[in-house]
Amino acid sequence: MTIHIRQLTKTYKLGVERVHALAGVDLDITQNEFVAIMGASGSGKSTLMHILGCLDRPTTGSYDLNNKPMHKMGSAGLARVRNEEIGFIFQSFELLNRASALKNVMLPMIYSRKHWLTARSRAKRALERVNLADRIGHKPNQLSGGQRQRVAIARALVNEPSILLADEPTGNLDSTTTNEIIDLFKQLHDEGQTIVIVTHEEEVASHAQRIVRLRDGIVESDHPTAEDPIHRRWLAGAAAAAQEAADNTEPRPSQGHDTPATGASA
Amino acid sequence: MILFRIALQTFGLALGQIWSNKVRSLLTTLGVIIGVASVVAVIAALQGLKTTVLDEFEKLGANRVYIDGQLPRSMWATGSWRDVQLKLHEIETIRERCPSITSITPELWRSYPTEYGDRKLDSVPTVGIWPTWHDIVGRQIIQGRPFIPIDESDRRFVCIINDKAIEELDLPREPVGEYLRIAGKRFLIVGVVETVTLNLFGGGDSSAEVFVPFGTAQVLAPRAWISHAWGSLSSPEHVDDAKAEIAFVLRKMRELTAEDEDTFQIEVIQQFIDQFNAMAKGITAGASGIVGISLLVGGIGIMNIMLVSVSERTREIGLRKAIGARPGVILVQFLVESVTLCLAGGAIGLAAGQGLISLIRSIPESPLKDASVPAWAVILAVGFSASTGVIFGMFPAIKAARLDPIEALRHD
Repeated sequence: MTIHIRQLTKTYKLGVERVHALAGVDLDITQNEFVAIMGASGSGKSTLMHILGCLDRPTTGSYDLNNKPMHKMGSAGLARVRNEEIGFIFQSFELLNRASALKNVMLPMIYSRKHWLTARSRAKRALERVNLADRIGHKPNQLSGGQRQRVAIARALVNEPSILLADEPTGNLDSTTTNEIIDLFKQLHDEGQTIVIVTHEEEVASHAQRIVRLRDGIVESDHPTAEDPIHRRWLAGAAAAAQEAADNTEPRPSQGHDTPATGASA
Repeated sequence: MILFRIALQTFGLALGQIWSNKVRSLLTTLGVIIGVASVVAVIAALQGLKTTVLDEFEKLGANRVYIDGQLPRSMWATGSWRDVQLKLHEIETIRERCPSITSITPELWRSYPTEYGDRKLDSVPTVGIWPTWHDIVGRQIIQGRPFIPIDESDRRFVCIINDKAIEELDLPREPVGEYLRIAGKRFLIVGVVETVTLNLFGGGDSSAEVFVPFGTAQVLAPRAWISHAWGSLSSPEHVDDAKAEIAFVLRKMRELTAEDEDTFQIEVIQQFIDQFNAMAKGITAGASGIVGISLLVGGIGIMNIMLVSVSERTREIGLRKAIGARPGVILVQFLVESVTLCLAGGAIGLAAGQGLISLIRSIPESPLKDASVPAWAVILAVGFSASTGVIFGMFPAIKAARLDPIEALRHD
């Protein structure tokens, strides 16, 4: 079991009021799963994501990552776990603008005890994995949005984390680039990577194996993607809309969500 | 280990940043630059002054004792300078009664109009001396002869001039045997003595000097005071004996009681050196005050820019923490940045101080011509600027290290 969470709560104090961001979450994620965590804003998905990413500690409850209790760790220990076990991907990439793609990817290894001697070659390999071997020396402002996010993914991968944690990874990208990034996630998943995506887009979630929906700080539903009732309803709606669009205009190559969108381009 | 590695990496990055923001970095570090430049310049100037001064003392000789009348502060209201001047018979008594003083000479300073042919100088310092002066002061006779006892006892109208006087009075290159007219009297030149430049005591640049026998000087100015006397010691170790003996003789002759203060002063060269060192210490203390203030101002500039940097880079700090940077690592990173900034300022300040010193040195006849920046001043400057970086970078660095990564990543 990669992630094992039991009765997780998180309470914030807002002035005199206590806000229960998480009110008892149980969640298990096994190795090489591809999970989407969904929910409206205020559902607690960001809080859960921060705890999963060891950026925050739960108020009560337990969180074991690779059978190690994260809820008992100190801040230096958590920093080390973030460095070695978790790869973060952010909505706005968070690349250092003054550094080249290679330097950005090397960044996590500065803080690593293990890999700093081989940092450069590892960073190159990570950039190859995201198909950016030819953009090594480019700075972020010389790259497109999709390329920037791929640099960020390479940075997340470079320490070979046990989970890849993506927070709205396609939120700042257009649909073409979104597909490009989702394809990359699928490729990484096929290579054995455990991936957790936090998103509110059903389209992005449709590529995951499993959808966990949060509401008011508890798990509302937890189904494989194909059996998730909300997702099925959305699929039906999307298919109808696509049909309608196909009827009204010339037929065009399918971008359907029921078939894998490998190499799709509009 | 990991901290050291990060410090090293950050140092390189910080240098790059400074280079790409040249103007901003220069303005930020201006305080440090001025502080370091002034500390370096002051130290170098003092060193130069010290070399010059010690050289002069060297010329005066360590074996010598200087005696003159001195009105103690408590007598300023009641006494007169005239009463405490050295008298000839006092000097003669010292010569006879003080075994540690091997010889002694009075010096009687006066300025007279001096002529040679058509050439006339309005005011040439003319010094009345005993023949013993040559042994005590040790200035070389270049031409002719020194004074001999008969010059003194017969109050002859003979004189010894220095080589500067040859130029200034348009004398022939070998002036011995020529006659000078001093205060309207004819003086035979019997010798030429070397010129010793005493920047600090001789009244600036050396000029023509004329020496005459002491008795003759008294004939020219019967009521003139003896300026001071020089005695030579049998050996430098007898300094304290000599001072005690002279003090005993003078106190007895001046009928001073146990409560009275000395109405004379006895100085040996070591005392001048001590006095100079005390003065140098004073200057150093004053200068360090100024330097301290400019480093404080400089440090505040550094702190300000580092706080700006921390808030500009909040998201970056959040990211670094998210990918595994411990708080200590962030702290070190920002400290190294501020120290690097300060060191860069220190380096520029060192160069500026060096430039300032070169400028001062190039002034002709400057008493600071030997000024140079000693190695320890360089180390001091580097240490000062580095500690400014640590002290004033600490608060922004702590602020950065304490940032919550979640909040930091939300910052815009």
